[in-house]
Amino acid sequence: MSVRNALLALLEQGPRYGYQLRAEFEDRTGGTWPLNVGQVYTTLARLERDGFVEVRGEDGDGHVVYTVTSRGREEVAAWFSSPVARTQPPREELAIKLALAVSVPGVDVGTVIQQQRSATMAALQDYTRLKRRATGDDPHELAWGLVLDSLVFNAEAEIRWLDHCEARLRRVAQDRDDGGPSSVEPGSSVEPFETPRPSAPQEPLAETMNEGGAR
Amino acid sequence: MNAVLELDTVTRIHGSGATEVTALRAVSFTAYAGELVAVMGPSGSGKSTLLTLAGGLDSPTSGAVRVEGTDLAALGQKGRAAMRRTSIGYVFQDFNLIPALTAVENVALPRELDGAGARSARKVAQAALDEVGIGELARRFPDEMSGGQQQRVAIARAIVGERRLILADEPTGALDSETGEDILRLIRARCDAGAAGVLVTHEARHAAWADRVVFLRDGVIVDESGNDRPDALLESAR
Ligand SMILES: Nc1ncnc2c1ncn2[C@@H]1O[C@H](COP(=O)(O)OP(=O)(O)O)[C@@H](O)[C@H]1O
Ligand SMILES: [Mg+2]
Repeated sequence: MSVRNALLALLEQGPRYGYQLRAEFEDRTGGTWPLNVGQVYTTLARLERDGFVEVRGEDGDGHVVYTVTSRGREEVAAWFSSPVARTQPPREELAIKLALAVSVPGVDVGTVIQQQRSATMAALQDYTRLKRRATGDDPHELAWGLVLDSLVFNAEAEIRWLDHCEARLRRVAQDRDDGGPSSVEPGSSVEPFETPRPSAPQEPLAETMNEGGAR
Repeated sequence: MNAVLELDTVTRIHGSGATEVTALRAVSFTAYAGELVAVMGPSGSGKSTLLTLAGGLDSPTSGAVRVEGTDLAALGQKGRAAMRRTSIGYVFQDFNLIPALTAVENVALPRELDGAGARSARKVAQAALDEVGIGELARRFPDEMSGGQQQRVAIARAIVGERRLILADEPTGALDSETGEDILRLIRARCDAGAAGVLVTHEARHAAWADRVVFLRDGVIVDESGNDRPDALLESAR
């Protein structure tokens, strides 16, 4: 798991105690994934049990100081030299939500898409504002900048996917119209999906494009 | 806040009869001083139409376009051309530089056309080129520069002489992502310095440089996102 490996990688740079590890982790990732110190100490206890770290003693202020073992160093090296497992497809909840939105009757898919796009765009604007500030090139700023880039690219990918979903749904709705001039109120973001179309064939997709008008 | 650009219930219909296309439908839109607004939407949704109307390159079928309070329709052809040379900066995807002129001559041209002396126009143009980071390329011709450098010249031309309204239509479209980001940084800096900017883009990553993002569909604004929206602030204050 990433926190465990991240702490191990930090310890490889020299002995540290829990609060220090938390501070350094958050510094490098810009506080994107806040850790509580309890989580840090449970992780350290587990690393110690598995033989990756050992307690070196207490410093003058009574902090328990940990140091990495040679097995721990091997573990860090293995982490850096192997890809992160893609166990779960990203954006899982959103994909599931849309899959259900297009297949459950009565859901306004266009609005689901636009709401998400707007929210993701707002997040992207926030990340970009932070990026504009983080322009230094010392290693810690750089680390934080790269974490931000990762968030930026993910948000961007999500918006592109939403655009793609919308375009596909529109095309399907247009094909239903036989390519004839649209009789619906133009401009509504949800126009092809929510307009009741009593004459539409009772196919699964057509049904989901209506607000229940076909039933 | 100071409204620099106002579209008031603007409709633009192209053609007539069977080929009639409504490119914009009763759109109202304001860009304030110091603000960068991005306009996003699928191809054909009316983004370029909105921008050409804002820049006085085209006129609405109905409704009014005001720049710094002046109705562009009331200005007439000549007045609008003068406005474009002095108050409105326009950046196009394909740079639109004059191949026979050097960088500094391209940037100086609008001012020279406006009757400024050649020397003073060049001086201001050089300052604009310095501001966008390519002062040393002033004597190069467009075909002696990279796409990113040419777009910087186009930006210098759009901001020269303290223009108050910067309009950019897919200004990063032909550039790689790093260079595109530099271009946005420049437009953003101009807005931070007090200009109003409208940026048309289909790239979410670039739109995210804006304070507000406006979504167009079939000639209608369907949504807006941004943290500085007054109504959003009100909601979060509740
Ligand atoms: N000069 C024109 N004559 C006829 N139709 C036009 C003209 N300019 C634009 N349109 C139509 O108006 C709509 C909006 O176009 P445009 O503003 O260029 O969209 P975008 O920039 O979002 O791709 C499109 O349907 C387009 O075909
Ligand atoms: Mg266009």
